[in-house]
Amino acid sequence: MSFLPKPKLHHPQLPTNKLGYTRRDYEGTISTLCAGCGHDSISAAIVQAVFELEIEPHRIAKLSGIGCSSKTPNYFLNPAHGFNSVHGRMPSVATGANLANRELIYLGVSGDGDSASIGFGQFAHAMRRGVDMCYIVENNGVYGLTKGQFSATADRGSKSKKGAVNADEGIDLAQMALSLGATYVGRGFSGDKAQLVPLIQGALLHRGPALLDVISPCVAFNNHEGSTRSFDWVRAHNEAVNQLDFIVGRDEIVHAQEPGTVDEVTQHDGSVLRLRKLAPDYDAHDRDGAIAYLAAARRAGEIVTGLLFVDPEPSDLHSALRTPATGLNRLGDAELVPGPAALEAVNGSLR
Amino acid sequence: MKPTDIKAPEHFHRVVDCQWACPAHTPVPEYIRMISQGRYADAYMVNWYSNVFPGILGRTCDRPCEPACRRGRVEDEPVAICRLKRVAADHKGDVTARMPLAAAAKNGKRVALIGAGPASLTVARDLLPLGYDVTVFDGDNKLGGMIRTQIPRFRLPESVIDEEVGYIARLGLTVRSGERVDSLKSLLGQGFDAVFVGSGAPRGRDLDLPGRTEAAASIHIGIDWLSSVSFGHVTSIGKRVLVLGGGNTAMDCCRSSKRLGGEDVRVVVRSGFEEMKASPWEKEDAQHEGIPIHNWLVPKSFEHVNGKLVAMVFEKVAPVVGADGKRSARPTGEPDVRMECDEVLIAVGQENSFPWIERDVGLEFDKWGLPKLNADTLQSTVPQLFFGGDAAFGPKNIIWAVAHGHQAAISIDKFCQGQDVADRPPPHVTLASQKMGIHEWSYDNDRSNDLRFKVPQLPAERALSNIKLEVELGYDDRLAFKEAQRCLNCDVQTVFEDKLCIECDACVDICPTDCITFTGSGEENEVRERLSAPALNLTQPLYASGALKTGRIMVKDEDVCLHCGMCAERCPTGAWDMQKFLLEIAQSGDRACHRAA
Repeated sequence: MSFLPKPKLHHPQLPTNKLGYTRRDYEGTISTLCAGCGHDSISAAIVQAVFELEIEPHRIAKLSGIGCSSKTPNYFLNPAHGFNSVHGRMPSVATGANLANRELIYLGVSGDGDSASIGFGQFAHAMRRGVDMCYIVENNGVYGLTKGQFSATADRGSKSKKGAVNADEGIDLAQMALSLGATYVGRGFSGDKAQLVPLIQGALLHRGPALLDVISPCVAFNNHEGSTRSFDWVRAHNEAVNQLDFIVGRDEIVHAQEPGTVDEVTQHDGSVLRLRKLAPDYDAHDRDGAIAYLAAARRAGEIVTGLLFVDPEPSDLHSALRTPATGLNRLGDAELVPGPAALEAVNGSLR
Repeated sequence: MKPTDIKAPEHFHRVVDCQWACPAHTPVPEYIRMISQGRYADAYMVNWYSNVFPGILGRTCDRPCEPACRRGRVEDEPVAICRLKRVAADHKGDVTARMPLAAAAKNGKRVALIGAGPASLTVARDLLPLGYDVTVFDGDNKLGGMIRTQIPRFRLPESVIDEEVGYIARLGLTVRSGERVDSLKSLLGQGFDAVFVGSGAPRGRDLDLPGRTEAAASIHIGIDWLSSVSFGHVTSIGKRVLVLGGGNTAMDCCRSSKRLGGEDVRVVVRSGFEEMKASPWEKEDAQHEGIPIHNWLVPKSFEHVNGKLVAMVFEKVAPVVGADGKRSARPTGEPDVRMECDEVLIAVGQENSFPWIERDVGLEFDKWGLPKLNADTLQSTVPQLFFGGDAAFGPKNIIWAVAHGHQAAISIDKFCQGQDVADRPPPHVTLASQKMGIHEWSYDNDRSNDLRFKVPQLPAERALSNIKLEVELGYDDRLAFKEAQRCLNCDVQTVFEDKLCIECDACVDICPTDCITFTGSGEENEVRERLSAPALNLTQPLYASGALKTGRIMVKDEDVCLHCGMCAERCPTGAWDMQKFLLEIAQSGDRACHRAA
């Protein structure tokens, strides 16, 4: 970690986006995480993604729980809204915030401890309810803050820094999200921004529950021989099924999916996800197929990355609850408190 | 791309832009750091060792370092390097005890120096401590040459010259002042083992125009006039003065005129404002004193009434870009411009002049009338005869004269000791980690956001009242500290160790100026295009590593690196380290002078 703030001086040719902001305007304060932490690369990817999407930072609400990962919202998008919640409770806060104000873009940042242990239930229900958010899990397979115990996502058989072998089955959050109904599921690697940035961009603009499981090596406690979350291991076992390019503002283009070709998916807001297929037998529109593919790859010791599943016509919590198009936070007393007559009518209908 | 060879000093020397640009290669960041630590005497000695005249240069240098300064590429203006040098000189206290002593024993070799300007004095300083018997000849009564005669006192007080010239004189220099050498042949016949010519470019160019001869009494050659002012022979000038020329001498002439009674003083230049040879700050200082600069006017004639100068006539010209892409001035055809005046100062350039060198001594000259020299050794076609300063390659400036002096001293030393003059000593180089703790460095890596601080000046009306009053007051401690903190410490280098890198991207993410990229190798020109921020400044080197685990290489564009050390602080494996690169050009006086510094 560094004590000094990052210098304000920047590259003289630093580009600006159409809002007049530079990438540096999307940064936060300097990270206090360990030097080399994968989480800092994810923060940098988020900064890059939002800068390129030309979104005003104040249109984003960043939410987190507790842990190394959950500190990171302080390190990007300084002018965004933020809520640092209780351990594992970020999904509840995100759900509530999203219900009250549906105009913001919700970016949840969590870790494997926060989402796969203490907050596992919260994670599951946010996915199955369909909260419209980008849910990023910064997954290092270890409890870094408490010096390197296995987390719930650590692979069975992997070794801790002290040499202990993990006897428990690891939770695959991407697989979980698929089975729980998430409509955008991807997996990335903090060491590959070319893949990660478009995955984040797609997830931010996706209008449904989007889960990104980002492998993020813990340089202090999980970057050794025998770890399956080290830079070397992930690089050696990374099986990318596709490479995503994210395109904003284009007409819909429909392509038949053929091995080695390009699959373009237009999202609800008109943005286009262009998938260059790398694995010929992988179909990013087949939820059950994706679950099976992940399971098989896992048995083979491979880490599948890329956009694993996307539903171009997602539905979310608001459509299920039939909430009004105007956010609850913008409704006045008259709409929110319709009075005794309305209550009487509701009660009457239930008698 | 091949991995950068950081064992050779060139790469990191180039990164220290100021030092690279300085003809004497003064280790600028090293002394600026000392200034910010309040170590003024140390800062002075670093300078003194390298450039011999810190107090003089801190007021008068042409500052090739400042346009090169990296700060000027990441912000509006470079660090005020020159004026910080002056701070070291102003605040150093008494450094006499730190100066080298006259050699205890002479080595029996005799060296003559012709002219007592900065080049000769540098040779003297480098050779005297080694035991050489050095004699300097000069037509003037005091040492200093053009430093004393041509630079006005309001820019450089005489006390500063006396002090710094004194440090050399007391090394046992034999001074034959008031003795202008008028025959090289006879000097060569006096048994000197080597002779150094540092006689400058003493002849001011004249303008042969109608009326020049008739009105001669009111028309003066700029450098001669400045010299007369300097010696007190001239104490006044007419009310309306025209100064012809756009160089620094012209600026000194006009500002001097303003102090000697000139009320309507104008500078008239045949080129445009931008093309003028004067340093931007000297033009600024002149304008600040209310002196207008008239551009694109070519002198045509002097108008006089019975020999009394009344006006000058100029032809109006405008720039035209020729077929060869070069700009030239062409008459616009507009009516001539007439300016009334009482006196005219001609400052349109200087020339070398060697009337005292007999053509039969064996010295060969080139087509410009300059001696044929080896550019590195400064040796002429007469083996024991060496040249330096303006006498060598035509008019340059003080810092070039000093650089020449050092090189000539090495040559003379080698020549006198019977060694190969062409065998040049390598520079002294050290590269040492500055790491003090996990994220603690022995240099201050917190980057200041301050803009360049102005040097306090006397109020204009006060400054103009007396030609001996120094206009610039110099930075005080507080301003000096703040200005020194603007220095990026470019000598503290980012050193990369391939084998330790795990390619975690931490350095790429933290770098405030997007200098670092991990990418596939390729041809340098092509790699430059695909970096995090394209490296379009081709004058700045790339720093490339060998192949890393993934087969990629690390490429760092040195152009706008802030040397803030963030890459090294964020590096989990210590693959990046901040290491201080100190390069000192070898000098013949190393053994004596450097120990003192």
